[in-house]
Amino acid sequence: MSKVLLDITLRSLLISGSATLLAVLWSLPIALTISMREFRGKRVVKSLFTALIGMPTVALGLILFIFYSTGPLSPLHLLYTPTGMIIGQAILITPIIVSFVVSALESVDPEIKDLARTLGASERQTSLAVLGEAKKGATLAVVAAFNRAISELGIAMMVGGNIYGYTRVLTTTITLETAKGEIALCLGLMAVLLIIVFSLTLVINLLRRD
Amino acid sequence: MLEELRSVYREYDGRAAIRRLNLKVRRGQVLSIIGPNGAGKTTLLRMMALLDKPTRGEIYYMGERVDDSNVRTIRGKVTMVFQRAANFNKTVHENVAYGLGFKKMSKSEIERNVMRALGLVGMEKFANRQAKKLSGGEQQRMAIARALVLEPELLLLDEPTANLDPKNVLAIERIIKEIRKKSTVVIATNNPFQASRLSDRVVCLLNGSLIDEGTPRKIIDRPRDTRIKKFVRGELV
Repeated sequence: MSKVLLDITLRSLLISGSATLLAVLWSLPIALTISMREFRGKRVVKSLFTALIGMPTVALGLILFIFYSTGPLSPLHLLYTPTGMIIGQAILITPIIVSFVVSALESVDPEIKDLARTLGASERQTSLAVLGEAKKGATLAVVAAFNRAISELGIAMMVGGNIYGYTRVLTTTITLETAKGEIALCLGLMAVLLIIVFSLTLVINLLRRD
Repeated sequence: MLEELRSVYREYDGRAAIRRLNLKVRRGQVLSIIGPNGAGKTTLLRMMALLDKPTRGEIYYMGERVDDSNVRTIRGKVTMVFQRAANFNKTVHENVAYGLGFKKMSKSEIERNVMRALGLVGMEKFANRQAKKLSGGEQQRMAIARALVLEPELLLLDEPTANLDPKNVLAIERIIKEIRKKSTVVIATNNPFQASRLSDRVVCLLNGSLIDEGTPRKIIDRPRDTRIKKFVRGELV
């Protein structure tokens, strides 16, 4: 693998990996709140997150472009930066993590919550116990989210700008090189992208087996 | 008096599950709550375990009124074993050790206590087995060990032998007789004869109301209330 290709691959992994971690940080508490608390409009909130899974990346990319360039986030100078891409991808994959984790949590035996409480767990420890029972589904949600992040193009192109050595990632490079007619290089890049996505899914599936 | 329920009322979705019920649990006794399915036994037990609050009325534990400020501390002294043994997707050892993780205990102390509890229910050899792969009777025995390891002052057992074969019923009844030496035990059961075998005192619940209470001899062997007579004869399921 050439140094340039290695550089682009590592940048893709770093940006999408950071976006996944960031999304996990806020998605897990959201998912726990939705699944373990009763509130008005709960079904609407769940449906909204499910609907947002299908959000086109170019639509989110355009919204973020406006927010970063002339909107309320413009003072932060996030446009055409890896940080801007990380935030964008994290927002993109949040509905995936929330919806899948809520589904995994709701499939946990409802008595687990009472069991933890009657064994002395606090509310936070009870939530962790329920999350522990849903860890297989939750892990799959995180992997699916990472795969979505590393495979998306709209945000990477519109918010990242495909700047060589700075925000250029696998998907934006493939688009650029295809336009230039460098099909052999594109096939190599595509292979790298597919290897990352498939190998990660394979490893996680093997680990999920009892 | 270990626990006392005063004028407790509980409703679910606008329907009364427990109606103005008064109940006293005396320390060291085995109390059975008998009644047909849907009488409100589990609802009552859940309130006694401080998992659910009464809609109206008060619960006292050792003379102290239970409220939001002390509920978790008091809940640490009460443990409930559910009718359908819910188990963590872990080994038997990890399941039994779960509650001890919240106490300040060394690893060796936890190990000792877990093995002692497993020994009491005859499951030392099952320590490394996956809990979800145990039979129904084994899961119920493990659930009792998981409660016992915490040395609760009050142990609440919800239909502890429901759906078990006679061999496991006998095993669990033997365990309950052992437990009563250390803890106060409340058993919810729809089997009056089991209540008679195990209890010092019996209360009969019907449609969320306490119908009668007294010794097993008074309530089960010589019931005065026609509804209890019907229940004991198996005509009220």
